[in-house]
Amino acid sequence: MKTVAAAVFAICLPIATLAQQLSGDVQALKVQGNVYLLTGAGSNIAVQIGDAGVLVVDTGVAEMSDKVVAAIRKLSDKPIQYVLNTHADSDHTGGNDTVRKAGLTYVGANVTGNLRDAGIGAQIYAHDNVLKRMSAPTGVQASVPFGSWPTETYLSGRKQMFFNSEPVEMIHQPAAHADGDSLIFFRRSDVVVTGDIFMTTSYPFIDIDKGGSIQGEIDALNNILELAIPGYQDEAGTYIIPGHGWISDRPDLLEYRDMVTIIRDRIQAAITKGQTLEQVKAAGLTKDYDRRYSAKSGLGNAEKFVEAIYKSLAPKK
Amino acid sequence: MTKLHKKFRRELRGKIFPEETLRCSYRASSLAVFILILAGSAFAQGPGGYNPIGPGVDLAGNWGPVFHEDAHERGPGPELANYVGLPITDGARMYGLAWDASRFTIPEHQCEVHIVSYIYRGPYNLRIWEERDPVSQKLIAIKQYIDNYQQTRTIWMDGRSHPSEAAPHTWMGFSTGKYEGNILTVHTTHLKWGWIRRNGLRHTDQATLTEHFIRHGDHLTHASVLTDPATLSEPLMKTEDLVLRLQNGQTWLYPCEPVVEIVRPRGIVPHYLPGENPFLHEFADLYKIPVEAALGGAETAYPEYQSKLKRTNAK
Repeated sequence: MKTVAAAVFAICLPIATLAQQLSGDVQALKVQGNVYLLTGAGSNIAVQIGDAGVLVVDTGVAEMSDKVVAAIRKLSDKPIQYVLNTHADSDHTGGNDTVRKAGLTYVGANVTGNLRDAGIGAQIYAHDNVLKRMSAPTGVQASVPFGSWPTETYLSGRKQMFFNSEPVEMIHQPAAHADGDSLIFFRRSDVVVTGDIFMTTSYPFIDIDKGGSIQGEIDALNNILELAIPGYQDEAGTYIIPGHGWISDRPDLLEYRDMVTIIRDRIQAAITKGQTLEQVKAAGLTKDYDRRYSAKSGLGNAEKFVEAIYKSLAPKK
Repeated sequence: MTKLHKKFRRELRGKIFPEETLRCSYRASSLAVFILILAGSAFAQGPGGYNPIGPGVDLAGNWGPVFHEDAHERGPGPELANYVGLPITDGARMYGLAWDASRFTIPEHQCEVHIVSYIYRGPYNLRIWEERDPVSQKLIAIKQYIDNYQQTRTIWMDGRSHPSEAAPHTWMGFSTGKYEGNILTVHTTHLKWGWIRRNGLRHTDQATLTEHFIRHGDHLTHASVLTDPATLSEPLMKTEDLVLRLQNGQTWLYPCEPVVEIVRPRGIVPHYLPGENPFLHEFADLYKIPVEAALGGAETAYPEYQSKLKRTNAK
């Protein structure tokens, strides 16, 4: 009976916490340049505005999507032309359909390529692996409704665009948090959006089942470090919008990169000594960071984080 | 309120009203009462008799630190694995023992600034001035320029609230202040990770800081209370003193340019694995104290710990 109660509590607590987080309004905060941060929608959302229109990075959970659109409309009455997804998780893509329908794609006589939904909504860009995660082969029911799927994907290392007088890059980070992660780099505003590769709220989510790995995660963190240049006295300069948490800069990311690398090194040393996953978990190798970064549950929890690193590093049998 | 906090408040009271001052004040009290009666309401209105005295005290000026407290730690620096007297958690201790000073050879770490909760410990010049509304002369902010790392700090005095949780965290944090009598009390949030002691002990970016700036003539006491649930089991309280400087002959600059000191593969982070810090015993052996005392914790901050150590040594 106690076990059942504990299980119910374990399931209900995160839901209750999320519900509490989602009960408020979506708040907008200027980051710098053309870029704003929307909070309160289940995950961070970046919005770039300008004369040409609106570009949105991630869309939060489905339940908050109307409020997200309303918050965007307070920033700009220009058309939402692009939605960029950093990855496939539903707390970042749940509002895709609503935000897409609130926008539009300009078309003309010479349009070529795959623009099936042109004219009836914004385009949704993501790495091709995001589309694979959200869709399904013909005849199989997809887990995500068609309207939320990316309308345009990229396969190579990066996709570049120029919007609102600003170069914007989607840079693929292979096998990091999952297999479809993109960094979004606003080169003129000097803002990087990281998705769940970096968060100020917990350990990183390394989803091994969806193609994530510890080395890919560390590579991605180092890639962000190389994009970010701090300003006066090692502060501000390039701003970094994490998947969850506050607007950060290079020193914040550096502390996080150090933490992930140090814990990786400890677990690698334990594996080299022949320790099992249970022994590694019992060794308390994340104790110096747990009070700061361990989430109560989910992939950001210390135990799950250690498990993901171990599975990522241990020799495959 | 913790024992340490009570002790701190007693010490703080001693700083605001040193015992000699109290004795002098007692002798002079009769004269003071007499003068007050003579002065009447005009005295209460301040010099000139028409300008009411506002709250607080003017802290403006150039101040320099004096090192009669913790000089060894604040000057040359603390020994490695010396955490004595600090109310750190087990996690903070593990972090400190993993820290390798070679981390500062990584270019991204080289220009790291001392956090506001630590910066007053070091050698520096401190300039304080007020920013007032030009029309109403209402106090908007108290500004500080700290030449160590060239930090300009703003302490908002206009009653504004702290920014949202999503706002950036900075080396100086976001500070609001108010006068409590003649003491300026400041509350700071939105901090980055920063030193507890600059031998590897750091507090997290979830720490908050309460400070008191107390002026007695040309002497200024800065007292701080740092709270961080991740790294401190009790609030960490510290004081530093400064004197007013009438001459302005300092450089006031701190340029920093990172360089590659050691060529390494990408992404290397120098650190010690658990149980492999080679300096664990160095400080303890030098001062002939047990390692567990050197490794700190709230218990080591209290006088009772000395008795415990004696009992342990006797065994």
